[in-house]
Amino acid sequence: MATKTFKRPDGRKVDETRPMQAKVGVVPNADGSALFSFGDTIAIAAVYGPKKMHPQHQQDPEKGTLRCRYNMISFSVDDRIRPGPSRRSTEISKITEWSLEPSLLIKNYPNMVIDVHVNILQANASTRCAGINAAAMALAHAGIPMKNIVSSVSIGKLDKNLVVDLNKDEEDWEEGEGSTDIPITMTPNGEITHIQLDGRITKEQLKEGIELARKSTKEIYEVQKKALKDSIKT
Amino acid sequence: MEIKNKDQVERKIVIPGEVISKGEDYLPGEGTEKIGNEIIARRYGLAEESNRLIKIISLSGIYEPRNGNLVIGRVENITFYGWVIDLDSPETSFLHMQEVPKYINKGGLSDVLDIGDMVVAKVLEITSRGIDLTIKSRGLGKIDEGIIIKVNSNKVPRIIGKAGSMINLIKEESGCNITVGQNGLIWIKGNDVESELLVKKAIMFVAEKSFTQGLTDELKELFKKEKGK
Amino acid sequence: MKTTRITGERIKEYLEKGKRFDGRKPEEFREISVETGVSKKAEGSARVKIGKTEVIVGVKLNVTEPYPDSPNKGNLMVTSELLPLSSGRFEYGPPRFPAIELGRLIDRAIRESKFIQLEKLCIKEGEKVWGVFIDIYSINDDGNLIDAAGLGAVIALKTAKLPEYDEKNEKIVYGKLTNKKVPVSKEIPIIVTTHKIGKSMIVDPTLEEEDVSEARITIGGTIEGSLFSIQKGNSKELTIEEIKKMLDISEKTRKKVFSSIEKYLK
Repeated sequence: MATKTFKRPDGRKVDETRPMQAKVGVVPNADGSALFSFGDTIAIAAVYGPKKMHPQHQQDPEKGTLRCRYNMISFSVDDRIRPGPSRRSTEISKITEWSLEPSLLIKNYPNMVIDVHVNILQANASTRCAGINAAAMALAHAGIPMKNIVSSVSIGKLDKNLVVDLNKDEEDWEEGEGSTDIPITMTPNGEITHIQLDGRITKEQLKEGIELARKSTKEIYEVQKKALKDSIKT
Repeated sequence: MEIKNKDQVERKIVIPGEVISKGEDYLPGEGTEKIGNEIIARRYGLAEESNRLIKIISLSGIYEPRNGNLVIGRVENITFYGWVIDLDSPETSFLHMQEVPKYINKGGLSDVLDIGDMVVAKVLEITSRGIDLTIKSRGLGKIDEGIIIKVNSNKVPRIIGKAGSMINLIKEESGCNITVGQNGLIWIKGNDVESELLVKKAIMFVAEKSFTQGLTDELKELFKKEKGK
Repeated sequence: MKTTRITGERIKEYLEKGKRFDGRKPEEFREISVETGVSKKAEGSARVKIGKTEVIVGVKLNVTEPYPDSPNKGNLMVTSELLPLSSGRFEYGPPRFPAIELGRLIDRAIRESKFIQLEKLCIKEGEKVWGVFIDIYSINDDGNLIDAAGLGAVIALKTAKLPEYDEKNEKIVYGKLTNKKVPVSKEIPIIVTTHKIGKSMIVDPTLEEEDVSEARITIGGTIEGSLFSIQKGNSKELTIEEIKKMLDISEKTRKKVFSSIEKYLK
């Protein structure tokens, strides 16, 4: 059975995230931008828009379009990544879009696009979660009308133990049942805008994991909120 | 009729989704939404309350055009009937040749306004196609020389100030003519480049410190310092 | 928004008096700030800011076969990406000319100067050599990405160390750096681009100034005086006198830039 006294390789408690860092305004040229990190995983996001959508045939006459692009820089990992999109980055780009869209109030921006560029500068697992957290802040920073700001975290299962915020060592966990990775994104009200699962888990443990994510995303939300508030001096 | 409030809502920075106030007393203004008896922020910015109305003053976001707005733009393209103007906003804007106080031959449009020219115009109408402009009134038309700078359109009210107090202070201290477009483009024309750059510095100063209290005094200090050089 | 024509006129006017909008002299660089070792995954890395322009550069190493025409030398590949994140003017998609040019300019400077001692990166002639990858990313474009990238590449290389190589299993132990630095020569290549605007010559343009640049020359050289890469860009012609002048300006500026980054090259 899962135990709360499970020892994680880096000594963290099961429900403890790595130290987080959040900052907005990191790209002066962008309409909105932010950095978010979970320990050594660092993501930056920049928002350009709303602006006219090109190519024209992709315009939506009924509302604005959110367009996200996730990219890992070549030296973000040990084995250099060849520059250019991959299937994985294409999938994560779409996941990022879906995780952010429910918060946006962009009905009043027909035929316009909001471009969100997420770049992972350094990867130690949970990169899509860090990217989503940065993107959510960047969108608010850009003055996009939004219902709220979403927060994302990876829930993991190492053998039979549920943990919060997986790092690479934990992602590669091989003992027992191995590693299960469950990235989840939630609104401050606990609504889920994104969930994925990779591994092996029972329904009961998954439900438990989701509750853990609720607690964690609340903490992450406070970090995002503080970064946005601290950035304006009154 | 003044409505007395028991407790005023404090001026504070809010993020989307944050509850600004609770209770039946308040009404939702720009950038907010009322759900139940809570006023919730829908934009990132400064929440301010006046006469029970709570609104958000943003520092970011696109230009939202209003009829009658003074704007500054760049001629992007010339069609048979007029000029496509780039207001640095996602909406397309157009100046029809009939909205120019001059008779123009077909084919003579580029003589009046050519691609790359800057123009001061007024928003005539906002349609589903975009923004229709006019340069028929006084003070509107082609910009001959000077410097054009760009700030986020949401900062324009701060740069103009209450009853024009901020922009007038800058005009007096610099001796320059300054035309502020509601879309965030600003035209500065002075007797020398130094004065024009002083205005640019002052405007950027105000734009960066938008929400700081006592900004007028800080600006006066800036002028003293710059002129002392 | 691109710099307007009338602002461009003012920039030229002011330059004729030897002045620039931000108060600098024509041959003056903005403040250069450097951070080394910014990446835990790269074998060498640097973040360079020139004013508000920011680039990050990473050096990655692998063990691979040498190129057929240089069986006893390590491999070198320089890539650059102008991230759409860094400017509203950069679009998503395969690299366009500006990104390609930037990569090639830096490649040429590093390669022709023989800054990296590629012969020392041979493990087994004809079979195994170290491969050096230099990857340049723009984070914010406020003009003069080329010179910032050049500084980033040189500093990242100078501070790069070889990772542990497990000969038996033919695997690199990433994350474990040896104390062996990537072999580089003592002469440091510095890239400076000089621009012609109206009748004036400037270095380190802001984005505004870059928009009105009529011709530019990027010169890579050492402070000892050797030149090893030159490229003229933009559409206007330059007279012989102007080119000579730009060579002089480049030499003077190179020395100044070198002294501001010298401490990071230890």
